[in-house]
Amino acid sequence: MTLLEEPIRELGRRLREREISAVELAEEALARAKELDPTLGAFLRVTPELALEAAAVADLRLQEDPAGAPILCGIPVAYKDVVCTEGVETTAGSQILRGFVPPYSATVVDRLSALGVVPLGKLNCDEFAMGSSNENSAYQLTRNPWDPERVAGGSSGGSAVAVAARLACVTLGSDTGGSIRLPASFSGVVGVKPTYGRVSRYGLIAFASSLDQIGPLAKTVEDAALVLTAIAGQDPRDSTSVVAPVDGFLGELRAGVKGLRLGIPKEYLEVGLDPGVRAVFEQSIRMLEGLGAVTQEVSLPTTEYALSAYYVIAPAEVSSNLARMDGVRFGPGFAGATTLKEAYEQARHEGFGEEVRRRVTLGTYALSSGYYDAYYLRAQKVRTLVAQDFDLAFAQVDAIISPTAPTAAFRLGERTADPLAMYATDVLTLPANLAGISGISVPAGFAAGLPVGLQVLGPYLGESTCFRVAQSLETEARIWDRLPPLAVAPA
Amino acid sequence: MSTIAPSPWEAVIGLEVHAQLLTRSKMFCSCRADYLGLPPNSNTCPVCLGLPGSLPVINEAGIRLTLRTALALNCEIPQFTKFDRKNYFYPDLPKGYQISQYDLPLSLGGWLDFEVGGRSVRAGITRVHLEEDTGTLHHAGEIHNSTFSLVDLNRAGVPLMEIVGEPDLRSPAEARAYLATLRQVLIYIGVNDGNMEEGSLRCDANISLRPVGAEALGVKVEIKNMNSFRSVLRALEYELTRQREVLDEGGRLSQETRGWSELEQRTVSQRSKEEAQEYRYFPEPDLPPLVISRAQVEEVRAGLPELPAARRARFQSQYRLADEQALLLTARPGDSQYFEEVVALGVTPQLAANWQLGDLQGLCNTANLPVEKCRVGPAPLADLLKMIEGHEVTANVAKEVLAQAFETGEDPAELVRSQGLGQVSDTGEIAVMVDQALAQNAKAASDYQAGNDRALGALVGAVMKMSQGRANADIVNQLLHTRLPRPGG
Repeated sequence: MTLLEEPIRELGRRLREREISAVELAEEALARAKELDPTLGAFLRVTPELALEAAAVADLRLQEDPAGAPILCGIPVAYKDVVCTEGVETTAGSQILRGFVPPYSATVVDRLSALGVVPLGKLNCDEFAMGSSNENSAYQLTRNPWDPERVAGGSSGGSAVAVAARLACVTLGSDTGGSIRLPASFSGVVGVKPTYGRVSRYGLIAFASSLDQIGPLAKTVEDAALVLTAIAGQDPRDSTSVVAPVDGFLGELRAGVKGLRLGIPKEYLEVGLDPGVRAVFEQSIRMLEGLGAVTQEVSLPTTEYALSAYYVIAPAEVSSNLARMDGVRFGPGFAGATTLKEAYEQARHEGFGEEVRRRVTLGTYALSSGYYDAYYLRAQKVRTLVAQDFDLAFAQVDAIISPTAPTAAFRLGERTADPLAMYATDVLTLPANLAGISGISVPAGFAAGLPVGLQVLGPYLGESTCFRVAQSLETEARIWDRLPPLAVAPA
Repeated sequence: MSTIAPSPWEAVIGLEVHAQLLTRSKMFCSCRADYLGLPPNSNTCPVCLGLPGSLPVINEAGIRLTLRTALALNCEIPQFTKFDRKNYFYPDLPKGYQISQYDLPLSLGGWLDFEVGGRSVRAGITRVHLEEDTGTLHHAGEIHNSTFSLVDLNRAGVPLMEIVGEPDLRSPAEARAYLATLRQVLIYIGVNDGNMEEGSLRCDANISLRPVGAEALGVKVEIKNMNSFRSVLRALEYELTRQREVLDEGGRLSQETRGWSELEQRTVSQRSKEEAQEYRYFPEPDLPPLVISRAQVEEVRAGLPELPAARRARFQSQYRLADEQALLLTARPGDSQYFEEVVALGVTPQLAANWQLGDLQGLCNTANLPVEKCRVGPAPLADLLKMIEGHEVTANVAKEVLAQAFETGEDPAELVRSQGLGQVSDTGEIAVMVDQALAQNAKAASDYQAGNDRALGALVGAVMKMSQGRANADIVNQLLHTRLPRPGG
């Protein structure tokens, strides 16, 4: 039994009652990372000095004012490596940012630091968050703690595994097309994709600016709600962030689902669901109905076009967002190049991995004159239709439920040769990003020993409803505290 | 007027003017907009450095100054506007794209009236939009043989307004006059300092030729790198001649971008149409679209100062000034403000205009100072001019006193008093001097009486010399006429 198995509230109680100290908690987390992570590959870098320093400060705060210290004070966290951390190398899983030490921290990091969290380090991810398996990281593989031969999911694979293997209490990831919810489902943890604009993107290394959102991954729904409450809220440094109350995340957490109308999109069941996944989903429906929820079929007819639209819009933004990685200030440079064009080509060819180059190429093409209307503009129109689908559905139901992904975690290498198969992994998650709405993946059960998540989608700024549904299922399913085999150190 | 000889070809010219806005901070971050003289890369932050993860935030002042310009140029302000990304790679562009405006600019469809060779011309304004400036590059040696270049991002992100003119200009002289008038408007409304040498105001030109009377446009050449009025004029004249010669010989022009070489006084091809950049514009996802309310537009409109053309017309009607004087006194806001302050203190407008444009302007030119920065402010000048009007000092003495005050910063009226330079209007005192002058200049006196008018001047001059310029000229004249009666006069 490790302290890292406890939910945040329990840890908070023990920290305040001086049963444990934040330094002890940090030391335990660091020891676990040292022991388990060589196999798992969740961390790109661990920052023991920063962690222990923050823990010591947290202990002082907890001693001075146990009641007044924030609930997250002394809690060990870790950040996906697309989140900028002042003074700590931040690479976005890419060679081209090797050695990049940001002179500033993301707003989410500043907010959590102010509350006294203990930063353990930076987590592996697909390069620039592009991928569904963490196999696109330029640095290392991340293994699924339930089966080391399987992927952790991506792109926030390190963030999911660090929580699943109890290396950190809570982590932050980013979700552009499912990059929080998918690895949460594959690794058996809770993952929240907040409404677009709910959380500041300042300091998040951009993948696709109009789709990206930072969100928490946690063992329990309440832990996730605690962290989202802390990081959400308008930020003057991000013009796309919105002003909206956040008190409902925790306030309505245990309001139950009695009378809640839950929509089941028929199109989401037609994407070739794995039978094991379908069985878990059906079991979840029965559980929620048993708690008083009313389910009904809804239709999201543009689902089949969403994937295509996404793979035009996201790469278009990528092609522009990654233009600053030109080798002049970041990356291995361009020694030997004789012209400016050659320098750019060399720096970007050597600095970027294959998937990133593919998407930059796709996006460059989609934005080129003569193709813009046929691709980018048409994709934006589809995006509007996808959002309208959700608007219509949410006129009938309070939330939408579906499996998070068509399958459980697949084998390492299984889809790397087939980009389209890899892209299809996100078919159930990316419509929410196109529409800018809120969503959660919560552990719902197991298929052949592998975790399967339930996705709960809420309307724009409808996180409170998502949390309610997820909390009800978590309580009913009683699997959140089950430990994956690789979370236990070999004897 | 063009210096080109009569030709079957007509020039079609349109200017694209870039103006840095006089905001306190940059367009999308809080770094200073005034970057001149700062150590390289010291005026930067994660946003204008384009560091991964940073995001732009709109500087409202930049929007306001652009709206101000658009309204001064009679443009329409659409309710909905947005920023777009203009994507291209260059080391002075830290993000690999410039935040600019593409299909929904802040303003559209205005005009600018200007004068050239006594004619009034109206040129259309296509649009005024807002973007961010780039950094600057310092090449080691000349660009073609340098082995490295240094990047300075102090300028990156400074608000840059682009004013795109319609191809309504028909000669290099018109282009020059358009640019000068536009510059004057920008300075008047306080959005730009008009400094072409330092690059806060920049001009590119599109020029083509077509047969006189034709509607269709010829092949267009864009000219860049003109950083003075003189180079705009020279480059366009050069290009006009070059294109005419090609066409006269039956040749064909190619659409291209050419740079003006100040050194060689010619345009040099930089980029052909085939090499034209593909900018892949798309809406900036980091900045929500802007809705400009009518109230906001009216507020900006209400805050617009009087524009140069209106002020010039008013100076003619209100102060009864000649056109030339009104033109000169409204050249810069500083000139007209100074003038109006002097007049407001009770000086006759004509006298104020004569002195400001005459002696004071001469002193300012020599000292290379704008009139509002010189040591004789409107109030001391008004005091001095009122002394002239009240016959307390002669014009000649006032000129010397003004020059002295200009040098030392002393009060000119006080100088008159302390040095005893006040005008002598005592008839008895002057009569003594007149009689003395007549005695010493008997020949002049008799010449005058014999009908030589000019001889009187010598006598007046003699009295003035005796009085050190202080004698009241009217009384001197009056006394001389009494003393030297002419037959039948």
